[in-house]
Amino acid sequence: MTAKPAIDLPNAEAQCAQLAELIRPRLQPDTMLVGIHSGGAWVAGRLRELLGLGNEIGLIDVSFYRDDYGERGLHARVKPSSIPFDVEGRPLILVDDVLYTGRTTRAALNELFDYGRPASIQLAVLADRGRRQLPICADFCPWQVDLDPSQELVLSEEADGQLQWSLAEHA
Amino acid sequence: MRNPQLNSNGELTHLLSIEGLPRAVITHILDTASSFLKVSHRDVKKVPLLRGKSVFNVFFENSTRTRTTFEIAAKRLSADVINLDVTRSSTAKGETLLDTVDNLVAMHADMFVVRHAASGAPHLIAGHLRRLGRNDVHVVNAGDGQHAHPTQGLLDMYTIRHYKKDFADLTVAIVGDILHSRVARSDIHALTTLGAAEVRAVGPQTLLPTAIEKMGVRVCHDLLAGIRDCDVVIMLRLQNERMNGALLPSAREYFSCYGLTPAMLALAKPDAIVMHPGPMNRGVEIDSDVADGPQAVILPQVTFGIAVRMAVMGILAGN
Repeated sequence: MTAKPAIDLPNAEAQCAQLAELIRPRLQPDTMLVGIHSGGAWVAGRLRELLGLGNEIGLIDVSFYRDDYGERGLHARVKPSSIPFDVEGRPLILVDDVLYTGRTTRAALNELFDYGRPASIQLAVLADRGRRQLPICADFCPWQVDLDPSQELVLSEEADGQLQWSLAEHA
Repeated sequence: MRNPQLNSNGELTHLLSIEGLPRAVITHILDTASSFLKVSHRDVKKVPLLRGKSVFNVFFENSTRTRTTFEIAAKRLSADVINLDVTRSSTAKGETLLDTVDNLVAMHADMFVVRHAASGAPHLIAGHLRRLGRNDVHVVNAGDGQHAHPTQGLLDMYTIRHYKKDFADLTVAIVGDILHSRVARSDIHALTTLGAAEVRAVGPQTLLPTAIEKMGVRVCHDLLAGIRDCDVVIMLRLQNERMNGALLPSAREYFSCYGLTPAMLALAKPDAIVMHPGPMNRGVEIDSDVADGPQAVILPQVTFGIAVRMAVMGILAGN
């Protein structure tokens, strides 16, 4: 196994606060947040608190829209999508933890349009690790990081309720 | 011998019977179904999971309802659905079951949903596909003879879990014509696998299979005893079309002994739910006041059935 450059993983909670400040000036009165399960759902929950949004947030699981279903099937536990508001004509902010190939974002956009026609969709992520395979970019992002494809950047919610980054190695 | 429903990685590739399915597989199907349930409430009631796949409904025995629910489920997954009424065409002309299957495989079928009057027909097709090396073609048993109706069993489990949350403390009474019921067999296997505390088979001796206690159920010939303090009552239809011989005096007498009336239902727990796989015969196995009453969850079963069939097809086609 080759040695990977060690990187310092930033504090994810502090990044949520930074992300909220990036979003705040562009927030419209009827903006709604939609988090992608699971990491994006946690981040969207933090943003809702930090931005003082009274509305419920939407949550989506893109398993039924993924383009790698043919190779991977339907194994992971799929969580129900729930969009507790009418997306028709609304400005939406799609929230995820990590932006990488762009395929998850593509799947999420397709799913959102099956709920209606939003006025706009912007993308907010905690981390952008580049190496895109689709023409997608984030509108709000506090952290750009280049990682080896064998590494996976994982956001998890710790026992104390704090969000935390970790790196996993693929074989 | 390897379980014929699982591929070499231990993943579900055909759904032939609930018997022998690991608990984790059943739970995964039920969990996935709850996500699909929401799809049917949306503006666009469709997800692109099975886009470009061809699902063939091959019904060697008539069943408009089951065929329709599979058709709706496949269409909500964006599959192309082809309904074949084989009883009136190929089979009537003398073609064998496996020749029919070979022809459909040559038409690039990705999945067969099979209903057959002979127990074991879906197993036969799955075995045939394996010998052909066609691991990419999947079989769903939509009811074979008196053997199994696994998607009905799964949707019954989904319904019970929806209303009762946990199986561990449940007493479930299955009442009626268990002898001819593939649904009852699938339900019993599922309930024992999921760990229900007690499953009762309730009915006259002539309508209970011999040695059914070996499936892990308690036999009751008396509805009063069978229904007392239970959490879930599953009523079954009298399958007159499958009865040969004098199994019952009359429908009226059956109703007086085994029909579910409000007075009988009052013996169950106050929050007991009443299920029926349909089509139900009012005044034969169930009283209208019960069928239309607050404890009946017969129509939600139908709604859940679509989501459960979407989950089954979605999981199979990906393995």
